[in-house]
Amino acid sequence: MRRIVSIALTRVKMAFIDLLPIVIVVVFFQWGVLRQPFPDLGEVLIGMIMVVVGLAFFIQGLEIGLFPLGENLSHALARKGNAVALLAFAFLLGFSTTIAEPALIAVADKASEIYLLDGLIAEDARRSFALGLRLSVALSVGLAILLGVIRIIKGWPIYYLVIGGYGVVMAMTLMAPSEIIGIAYDAGGVTTSTITVPLVTALGVGLASVVKGRSPLKDGFGLIAFASIMPMIFVMIYGMLYF
Amino acid sequence: MDTNLGLWIGDFANKFVETTWDLVPIIVLVAIYQGFVLKQKPPHLRKLFLGLVFVVIGLALFLLGLEKALFPVGEIMAVQLSNPHFVGLEAENFSWKLYYWVFIFATFIGFSTTLAEPSLTAVAIKANEISAGTFSEWGLRLTVALGAGVALFLGTYRIVSGTPLYLYLLVSYGIVIVQSIFADKSIIALAYDSGGVTTSTVTVPVVTALGLGLSSQIPGRSMIEDGFGLIAMINVLPIMTVLGYSKILELIKYFSKKIKS
Repeated sequence: MRRIVSIALTRVKMAFIDLLPIVIVVVFFQWGVLRQPFPDLGEVLIGMIMVVVGLAFFIQGLEIGLFPLGENLSHALARKGNAVALLAFAFLLGFSTTIAEPALIAVADKASEIYLLDGLIAEDARRSFALGLRLSVALSVGLAILLGVIRIIKGWPIYYLVIGGYGVVMAMTLMAPSEIIGIAYDAGGVTTSTITVPLVTALGVGLASVVKGRSPLKDGFGLIAFASIMPMIFVMIYGMLYF
Repeated sequence: MDTNLGLWIGDFANKFVETTWDLVPIIVLVAIYQGFVLKQKPPHLRKLFLGLVFVVIGLALFLLGLEKALFPVGEIMAVQLSNPHFVGLEAENFSWKLYYWVFIFATFIGFSTTLAEPSLTAVAIKANEISAGTFSEWGLRLTVALGAGVALFLGTYRIVSGTPLYLYLLVSYGIVIVQSIFADKSIIALAYDSGGVTTSTVTVPVVTALGLGLSSQIPGRSMIEDGFGLIAMINVLPIMTVLGYSKILELIKYFSKKIKS
């Protein structure tokens, strides 16, 4: 019991330190630069306490939940030696976490609403447009994790793939219809949710530590980078096909 | 106050459900794999489950607190700091220098929100663990946060001055390519990942508010383009700072060895 209390206190203290810079910036600008009182100081304070406690819970949950989960799975799958099962898992993990992602649903919905108002799509096409957007993002994240896992197994250097990917993004930014570009860049950001990032990182690092000849540091990272580039490319393709 | 409390509980329930949705596909997928492919129970099942519950509760509290406390204040601030009256804008005296408070605010808010980004903390914990301390948790987080701060400084300057975005991106990626060529190859993957984790839960809403506040008050700016411009910048600058940080560490090691021998 004492151990639990001491862990909890440490976590809360660390979370408070994490948040402190934001508090300093906001207070300095509100009082020092804009010279205005906080509209609802009580609410702001309660909110801050929630942020600190929430962060403490989350980090503890990472250490005992998400990290071990990702590591155990990657070890077990690698030991099983079934490449198809591993690759299918990589794709499904990326696809399923993205298709259900609330942030993505919100972005797709908002985008279809704006396009409807601008007369770019018809009323009866709105739902299918939003769904198509979500599917292309989910597909792209699935493929990104799949490709990333293949890279870890094969030991391909990451820079050619990522630099090439950014090259494609930039070239397509010039070609794609301007209406879709903002959404495409947003899609890259919203796909890697705060729950997916730790799990995917643990998976990659875990895999690289059991595959012969791979180093966890050199080969284990990189999945997140793929998962943020690929959606941009796919959404721009979707925009080019749609408009 | 009573109705207020009820409202908060309702909001928490909503956030809780939303966060759980992030976890459901993972649990289903893992259960299927454990049951049919691996045919074994995951070790420490109860502890694992407790951890996942912690993650959901923690994230729901964290997001709700941000929405209630920080985002509204940040949004109002972004609008007020770029208000023509506040910056002292009169007809004919438009200059980017008038907006210096916006640039300072953008830099510091980019730095501090990135520092509190839970995804970044997760990656930093892992990096520290497997690099045996070469990349300390705080070293990586501060470096990425520094990159995010510089990105928002440049990004807001770009919006105010109205210079074209593609130039900034072209130069930035050019620098990243050159850095990648000369970098220690083992650090590159981690550096690229650092770009992806900055645009997450905390940073994106604040950045969006900044872009919106600025572009709505400066004549001739487009909300859509300026918003995504900031996100694009904040994706690339941390890659640069992390690669730079690793180079500096490398040089320090090299010279300290030289001095010793």
